[in-house]
Amino acid sequence: MIVRLRFFASLRERLRCSEAEWTLPERATVSDLWNALCAAYPQLVTLGPAISFAVNREYVDRDHRLAHNDEVALIPPVSGGTHVRRRRTPD
Amino acid sequence: MYDVVAHPIDVAAVTAAVADAATGATVIFIGTTRDHNEGRRVTRLEYEAYPEMALAEMRKIGAAARQRWPITRIAIVHRVGVVPTGEASVVIAVSAGHRRAAFEACQFAIDRLKEIVPIWKKEHFEGGAVWIGSQTGTAFDAPPAKPAR
Repeated sequence: MIVRLRFFASLRERLRCSEAEWTLPERATVSDLWNALCAAYPQLVTLGPAISFAVNREYVDRDHRLAHNDEVALIPPVSGGTHVRRRRTPD
Repeated sequence: MYDVVAHPIDVAAVTAAVADAATGATVIFIGTTRDHNEGRRVTRLEYEAYPEMALAEMRKIGAAARQRWPITRIAIVHRVGVVPTGEASVVIAVSAGHRRAAFEACQFAIDRLKEIVPIWKKEHFEGGAVWIGSQTGTAFDAPPAKPAR
């Protein structure tokens, strides 16, 4: 299957790319995608813990299973400087 | 009103968007760009959004605020692109029957916006630039890597 990738801000600059397509095996997860990207672009490896993911404009966990033609956004920490994953903590 | 705009924010228009004769309080938060940060003189700030998702997340924040407080209306507008220091980068207006709900909902909205809305800020200062929120951790503030493709 093919997924559509979107990169923003520091990631976009680092990769010099804002959009790309990526081929993955069927039933691949976000984590599988990340591992594949890190294998292709080792400069990404150290960023892993800080990045959140959105699929079709919704935040997802890394075990989220991808589907053909999904839009996957790699989301660096947002401008408040607070980690995006804090959204999952109860208010 | 939820919007991501590439021009100066019209604060009066955002305020008007929450006007309602039934309300007794309107709270307006205006986030402006500081001319200094961490001892550096900031020359300009630049914002980048994932616009479709940013709008969706803003709507969720509005819905969550309505669930938690008896507010009448809420409006959230964020500016993207270069924002000169001293100008508004984000404006949130909340109207309610009473001030307490309006204050609390407005604070909730800006706090959540900064946590979850996919908008990034790049600070340009004398001698460099850095993506804010990205400088913690490891290599985000390192020089750009070689072209990926």
